[in-house]
Amino acid sequence: MNLNEHLKNRLEEEKILLMTHLVLGYPSFDSNREVVRQMVAGGVDVIEMQIPFSEPMADGPVILKANQDAIAAGTRVDQCLEFAAEITAAYPIPFLFMTYYNILFRRGVADFCEQAATRGIRGLIVPDLPPEEGADYLAACGKNGLAPIQIFAPTSRPERMRFLAENGAGFIYCVARRGVTGRKTDFDQGFNAYLKRCRETTDLPLAVGFGISDRDDVAYLEGRADIAVIGTRTIRLVEEKGESTVGEFIRGLRK
Amino acid sequence: MKNNNGYFGAWGGAFIPEVLYETFRELNQAFEEAKNDPAFRREYIELMGNYSCRPTPLTRADNLSDHFGGARIFIKREDLNHTGAHKANNVMGQGLLVKRMGKRRVIAETGAGQHGVATATMAARFGFDCTIYMGEEDVMRQRPNVFWMEKLGAEVVPVKSGSRTLKDAINEAFRDWVASMDDTHYVLGTVCGPHPFPEMVAWFQSIIGIEAKKQIVEQFGKLPKRIYACVGGGSNAMGIFQGFLDQASVELIGVEAGGHGLDSGRHAARLASDDGSPGVAQGYKTMFLQDDDGQMADTHSVAAGLDYVGVSPILTDLWEKKRIRFAAATDTEVMAALDLTMKKEGIIPALESAHAFVQAFRETGDMSPNEAIIINMSGRGDKDIFTIAHAFNDPSWKKFIRDKGREYESE
Repeated sequence: MNLNEHLKNRLEEEKILLMTHLVLGYPSFDSNREVVRQMVAGGVDVIEMQIPFSEPMADGPVILKANQDAIAAGTRVDQCLEFAAEITAAYPIPFLFMTYYNILFRRGVADFCEQAATRGIRGLIVPDLPPEEGADYLAACGKNGLAPIQIFAPTSRPERMRFLAENGAGFIYCVARRGVTGRKTDFDQGFNAYLKRCRETTDLPLAVGFGISDRDDVAYLEGRADIAVIGTRTIRLVEEKGESTVGEFIRGLRK
Repeated sequence: MKNNNGYFGAWGGAFIPEVLYETFRELNQAFEEAKNDPAFRREYIELMGNYSCRPTPLTRADNLSDHFGGARIFIKREDLNHTGAHKANNVMGQGLLVKRMGKRRVIAETGAGQHGVATATMAARFGFDCTIYMGEEDVMRQRPNVFWMEKLGAEVVPVKSGSRTLKDAINEAFRDWVASMDDTHYVLGTVCGPHPFPEMVAWFQSIIGIEAKKQIVEQFGKLPKRIYACVGGGSNAMGIFQGFLDQASVELIGVEAGGHGLDSGRHAARLASDDGSPGVAQGYKTMFLQDDDGQMADTHSVAAGLDYVGVSPILTDLWEKKRIRFAAATDTEVMAALDLTMKKEGIIPALESAHAFVQAFRETGDMSPNEAIIINMSGRGDKDIFTIAHAFNDPSWKKFIRDKGREYESE
């Protein structure tokens, strides 16, 4: 079953799905292992695992620091692939890789996609790779059954959204606002109109990320989007209160 | 200079997050319109003449020429631009473009601080708000420029992430821009980054080469044999080289930062060393200094403006096609060339520019007096007074700093 179908089946059972995020190797793979366990136990539907990159242009201070600390701790792409193999074998939910294009490019885009797919990864999010630059990537994703998840922004025009959706699969990642990760999003009329535009341009499930941090945010997205993305919030939670608090936090998001 | 959807050969492109797609579409459109509008170029040339001492002189360096006894040396004096470097050429041009686009705020990255000072100056002149991102390490070593940026009314934000140098300042400027693009233009300072920046900055900087070509023919009667320019991102080099790209007899030499030496791993030579490899970062594809995983390396140079992991995609293309030769100068060689140029010609090149002098001095002695070479002096060295005084271990300067410190402490 492809990622899109899997998510649509889950949406028969839940009003909104949850996707969580972690930075691989931050603060350690042991920590990642426990955080994933907690997240799955808490009921998340999809997890995006970020392979750290030294120049994470689209990320705010919290995730930026996590990327840099992970690299400073010696995290290698090979270790991220090994971790993916272990984790995807252990849990039944779909796992994605999120990273920046140079990580794929340096390894060889076709090789990277094949290696990710054989380790059970279901899709990729590459925020600095628009479809115009990604012909090799889209072909390699297609060949390996990976969903190339495309990104919508509030600045995207409808014709652009349609073009992105045509080149995407799995779901669409709708960036909730301008700016980088980790700051609060205002759910106002502009936001609602934006999500309406997203819905009109694609049948793929819509995930909303950037600034989604608590039960109220998730509740607001019910009926407006399909997947709520929790990113920076859980990294902060692990930093402040430890891995063991993550499951409870996740359970509280959809009560 | 041909490009195909922002590509120069295999290099360049626009690897941008979706949130900036519209902004780049508008920027491309505004630049295309401006480029094809003769009135825009006229306004630019007039502004640079009236505000920034253009055309800058091509100085005949007879003492240096006689000292080496080879080719006749000419120095293109971009240090005499307003704010003391070639950076003004790009910044004033982009400033005119910002006015056309109706934006009211500008942001920029800076390494040596020259681009930051130029941008702060342009913002003051045109009435824009201005924020400058500068790596914390560069804030420390280029203090005089930080002072002037602030006095010119800009906010200077020290960047504490990553290697705390130029590449990190670029990342931070992008992070500002993805939130602020509705009213803000990012004045990228060099011929790098996503399309159209390499082409646009090269277009503004081409004024250097256009002038230099005319001047050398007037003064020497024929074209030069070789042209030397330092290469950080590559904007001053692209500026002067463009005047001569179609003249096969003119050899073009880019000089990168050799730092502690190409074998030391502590340098910023992307093309002159064997350490560079193809990559995609900061929105474009070029040769980067990076590890096997694609993580960017920590670079080193005594010259903050050359201390950068990437290099212009246009230069990488011309390097690959063997139109431009690349060399590197070490920190130590740079100080020696700087010393000689000051003593012989009474000219103080910036540490960045002094890299070009090093390579010219290595080669000129073997050339004929019937030949000329041009060194592009991209900027003046006044900004480097702390670094240069430190490198010369100058006793009277140290005493002055100690006395000043005591004076402030007793306040």
